[in-house]
Amino acid sequence: MNVMRRRADLVCQQAVKLVNDYLDGALHRSERRRFERHLRACPNCTAYLEQMRATIAATGRITPEDLSPEARREFTELYRAWRADDPTPGDDQSD
Amino acid sequence: MESDAELLARLRDGDEQAFVLLVGRYQGALLRLARTFVPSDSVAEEVVQDTWMGVVRGVDRFEERSTFKTWLFRILVNRARTSGVREHRHVPFDPTEPAVSPDRFDRAGSWAEPLVPWESDVDDRLVAAAWGPVLRAAVDGLPGRQRDVVLLRDVEGLPADDVCTVLDITEGNQRVLLHRGRSKLRSVLEGERRAREQG
Repeated sequence: MNVMRRRADLVCQQAVKLVNDYLDGALHRSERRRFERHLRACPNCTAYLEQMRATIAATGRITPEDLSPEARREFTELYRAWRADDPTPGDDQSD
Repeated sequence: MESDAELLARLRDGDEQAFVLLVGRYQGALLRLARTFVPSDSVAEEVVQDTWMGVVRGVDRFEERSTFKTWLFRILVNRARTSGVREHRHVPFDPTEPAVSPDRFDRAGSWAEPLVPWESDVDDRLVAAAWGPVLRAAVDGLPGRQRDVVLLRDVEGLPADDVCTVLDITEGNQRVLLHRGRSKLRSVLEGERRAREQG
């Protein structure tokens, strides 16, 4: 009797749920193998994985909005005021 | 562009320009993050200002056991939590909500329509530039904690452990929120591509 039967192959709808954990290296070895086996046979899920990678890369390229000149001036003044005003000992800024 | 560490070193020397550069780099992210914890934009602005004051006054005691960014976001979340305002209730979490709509699959659970690879888009600088504002709006449109996790992990590039510490969530929770958020951003870009092909 074959008790070590291989787990059933994934269908796409199950595979997409594993994509993020796969990218984060958070899948267990057996799960990762099962996922990769599905990818080898499925161009659509391979495209999905690649789209997800592209999305993450593009999100990482979002750049901060520029500060307005007023905000720049305001923060320069605040900085001077905070520096002039002696720091309170025992403030909670430990790291 | 100067690194955070370089600006931090200048800030320790009392360089006000370095301070303004750091504010410019993180003000948007801090306001967005603060907004999940407090009920209004004006309270968020107060909390963020208070955070910068904490940076100016605490920088000499910051021992760089974490990156500047993680330290900064932790100050913000601590300030937001103690700002005397009850934490904004975030959208309740539906564990059954699928990352990809079920109607994209056939009865057997396979994709109903083929997916196209995006390599050409990623290499195309014009397309990539057009994605910026679309993604910015899409990130802002994510519900509460999903937005926080995507913002910290993917926009700001914090490691998973730091995100858990900053937001005080578990590793498992972080993964689920990130998965949901990223899936939504992907589908927004997919819609964007489709609209462009048709237009």
